[in-house]
Amino acid sequence: MAGSLVLLSIVLITIYFREPVGGGLHGAQSAGATVLRPFEVGANRVAQPFRDAYGWFAGVLHAKSENGRLHREVDLYSAQAIQNANAAQQNARLKRLLHYVSSPQFPKDYDPVATDVISRPPTELAQQIGIAAGSSSGIRVNDPVVNQDGLVGRVTQVASHGAEVTLLTDPNNLVSALDLTTRATGLVGSGPSRGTLILDRVSKSQVVRPNDLIVTQGWRSGKLSSLYPQGIPIGVVSSASQNDVDLYWQVQLHPQVDFGSSLQSVIVLVPKTRRH
Amino acid sequence: MRQLVEPAKVGVLVFVAAILQVSIFSTFQILGGAPDVVLLTLMAIALLRGSIYGASAGFAAGLLVDTANLGTLGVTSLLLTIAGYWIGRYGETTGRDRAHAPYVSVAVATILVQFGALFLHYMLGDPVSARVVLLDALPAKVGLNLLLTLPVYALTRWVLGLGTAPEGATEVQLLG
Repeated sequence: MAGSLVLLSIVLITIYFREPVGGGLHGAQSAGATVLRPFEVGANRVAQPFRDAYGWFAGVLHAKSENGRLHREVDLYSAQAIQNANAAQQNARLKRLLHYVSSPQFPKDYDPVATDVISRPPTELAQQIGIAAGSSSGIRVNDPVVNQDGLVGRVTQVASHGAEVTLLTDPNNLVSALDLTTRATGLVGSGPSRGTLILDRVSKSQVVRPNDLIVTQGWRSGKLSSLYPQGIPIGVVSSASQNDVDLYWQVQLHPQVDFGSSLQSVIVLVPKTRRH
Repeated sequence: MRQLVEPAKVGVLVFVAAILQVSIFSTFQILGGAPDVVLLTLMAIALLRGSIYGASAGFAAGLLVDTANLGTLGVTSLLLTIAGYWIGRYGETTGRDRAHAPYVSVAVATILVQFGALFLHYMLGDPVSARVVLLDALPAKVGLNLLLTLPVYALTRWVLGLGTAPEGATEVQLLG
């Protein structure tokens, strides 16, 4: 009996691994995930008050120190906002004069699909989450996923009423990125420990400084363009160093997004060009 | 009648544990690890009802978890089938009537499942970090699972029928 089940598991792995994404087993899994979805949503709703209570107590503990820090940030950002508004006006005017053709812009070239996170990675090996919206909402594989803080990841599997999102912390996810302050470019990938990110392939001729904000680069080359639109925050440089041996900077990032339990809802960016 | 009620109860337990694991418990990251209520429920079922129930429940639980997470079908099933069978055999033999059997089963199964998962994902070509799985997460996971062992075991025992003795070998065959 146990031997048969082990054999059946191996057969399932083999078929699943070898068949294309639209294959029978994938289809059955997609249907199964749709059936399980209401139960997951229900469990999440039941757990939500407890999560909120925990978040409230944790928030109260940190409120005082956070209040002072936020006041200082508000002063700083108020001054920056005025400068940015002037720069944005000037930028728009110059683009019109130059007839500038830019890559898809975030968020105006995308329709947001806001959805709940309904499942989490079952083990530390996986860096995927399940979301409650799928192809019926216009979502397709490789659509970028964000939340209010920044880039979360991209869609890697789609069912009719659910999808799998591979987080930015997955080693398979690489994002072309830009240092907003120095314009240095590189690739953001997963770091050496869980929840950390690194900015790789930044040549030594470029400059990266601690506390610089790293955002998606959103490149375009002919008909090809990056999966991610330009300007989505990814993380803040926590350390930047170089040595004689390496060709590139060694840059570690502190992610903008908390990939832990506070990630309860996300926004999938569906390109408008696909919808219309 | 009991022949129908018993598998139904096990099925409900496995289903609820799998749903709770993927939607709630996997979010509780404490000291780098999250508890695994599917494995805990499987441990209790296997110890209380034997290796066949353990293997079957493990297979079903793995299938549910992989389906809900859109993961590679069969990976979790394979690990949990072996874990359920091993815990069941342990309960039927050396672990029978030992108070420490649930704790020993959980500690050993958690470690072996983590190693097994690491090996399987590596063989399937998934990017895996042994450091994250074995150093960052495993100690906390073992600790959290041990903390939850007693309540999950007691709850499962209550659902399956309080005071029911574990089904062990019903006869002894003398050899030689």
